[in-house]
Amino acid sequence: MAKNVLPESSAQETEVKAVEGRRGFLSSLASILLRQREASIVIVAIVLVIYFQASNQAFLSAASVATLFQYAAATTIIATGEVMLLICGEMDLSAGMIFALVPFVIYFVAQAGISMWVGIILALILSGIIGLFNGAITVFLKVPSFITTLGMIFLLEGVALLISGGFPKLVPQEGLINVIMGHGLYAEIIWAVVIVIIMQIVLSYTRWGLHTVATGGNALGASEVGINVNRIKIGNFILSAIFSGFAGILESFRITSMDPLAGGTNIMFMAIAGAVIGGTALQGGLGTIVGAFLGVLVLSILQDGFTLLGVSAFTFDVILGIAILIAMILNVRLRTWRERGTV
Amino acid sequence: MTETPAPEAIRLEHIVKRFGAITALRDVSLHLKQGEVLGLVGDNGAGKSTLIKIITGFIQPDGGRILVNGQEVRLRSVTQARSLGIETVYQDLALVNELTVYHNMFLKRERVLGFLPLLDNRTMKAQAEEYLRSMRVNIPSIDATVAKLSGGQRQAIAIARAVYSNAKILLLDEPLAAMGAKEGSLIMDLIRRLKQRGDVSIIMIAHNYAQVLEICDRVNLLQHGTIVLDKPASPELMDELTELVMREYRIGAAGS
Repeated sequence: MAKNVLPESSAQETEVKAVEGRRGFLSSLASILLRQREASIVIVAIVLVIYFQASNQAFLSAASVATLFQYAAATTIIATGEVMLLICGEMDLSAGMIFALVPFVIYFVAQAGISMWVGIILALILSGIIGLFNGAITVFLKVPSFITTLGMIFLLEGVALLISGGFPKLVPQEGLINVIMGHGLYAEIIWAVVIVIIMQIVLSYTRWGLHTVATGGNALGASEVGINVNRIKIGNFILSAIFSGFAGILESFRITSMDPLAGGTNIMFMAIAGAVIGGTALQGGLGTIVGAFLGVLVLSILQDGFTLLGVSAFTFDVILGIAILIAMILNVRLRTWRERGTV
Repeated sequence: MTETPAPEAIRLEHIVKRFGAITALRDVSLHLKQGEVLGLVGDNGAGKSTLIKIITGFIQPDGGRILVNGQEVRLRSVTQARSLGIETVYQDLALVNELTVYHNMFLKRERVLGFLPLLDNRTMKAQAEEYLRSMRVNIPSIDATVAKLSGGQRQAIAIARAVYSNAKILLLDEPLAAMGAKEGSLIMDLIRRLKQRGDVSIIMIAHNYAQVLEICDRVNLLQHGTIVLDKPASPELMDELTELVMREYRIGAAGS
């Protein structure tokens, strides 16, 4: 009886073996690069720091490091939310516009004579509502999040310009709140680090994090075991939007003004690039918050270093664009190699 | 539980299911005894997957009744069927490649530390390891991601997960499909072990009659939305099944 089965199955077996043989080199290289992702970015960062310090002694001066952290902080906070979204298979292109828009809530609340704390909370609630819209349109109307949030970019930019009249507004000075919320020298980077730590714990050690990975890794499978995939996605859209809004608030407190043209697609792109450089898979299912933080840090080191070297902004954009493209290609290819290796 | 004369694990009576003008299930009656392994065979389009979807509560029948443990039930949703102990292992296995073996084992039923909403990885790891060892499912490491496992190991994990979640009735959708002989025998061993334990009753969909006859207690053949054969598995059944399917094929070929 068993003989009936044999020819077909042994054919399959040899096929499996052939694939296993091919797996060898490519897969082990891919998995080393994937597993040692954070370590390799740290090395890249250290090499860059040594290079820039050697080229210009001012690189590690207090002022320069403070600038570096300023570049990195807000972008890191946005990247944190983008990582959660990318892992569950979505992205938010409107992050930079939420960043620009919601601080104005604080301005108008303060104008009405209400505490800025209330303004901050209302601004974060508005961020969450925008995230809810992004998520609901994506999940229920089945519009790809790339398109949903692309549309949201223009909508939010328009609203920001309308309510501000196109001009920056000054952040009211109330003292302690300004210091805590970003005006203190290292306030913004402290917030960023705290958020990174908390969100890495959420991702690695909570059911929410596990279900986010499951949603991005195998959405059908996740829903078959009873995970509410839609809830996970919408939740992460809301989370990401709140982080974007919070980053915008910190930034406006730091520079003491709210600019309807701040952030925008530039900061969103930096955040996603940082996440991807840090090992978050563009196809979902994989990624770490710490990696994204390191990725953003590398981008900021480049930015700060090239500025000190006097490289023109145009040249810098070209270099950065190439670096990001290479990182994205590696990101996609490594995953494909690994998947092919494991059948 | 098997000591006392227990009611049948599940019983379907005169189940009918139509999709518009198409009648997928004409009149299906089948039963599954406690601890039994029932093989469900039939051509593509015979209605096997419709039947499975009804038992898992994914779709509702247009007629007939379902009894679980002797109690008539209406299976309105997958969650409700699951609460009655009906678990399904689909062909896609519903495993997440990126997660470890133990996280997959506990997916959606994670253990958390009491005082903090954090995952209790240590407990999950230990319990998953112990359980898989008791089922003699060999895996390289409990910490390995599922992506690193072979097809047979993945199938074994998916089955073990379903049983571990307190399944009373286990539906296996082609557990031996696309698997080499060695891998297949691994799964056959696992099903045999479940049978020995006797605390779960199994309906297994399969195409390979040889394997079905080897592992199942009883075989049901589904054709054109009704059960046309219900016999205990025995080597002699092979010819009868082949004959029935061939005749069907000849009629079909002549008709078209």
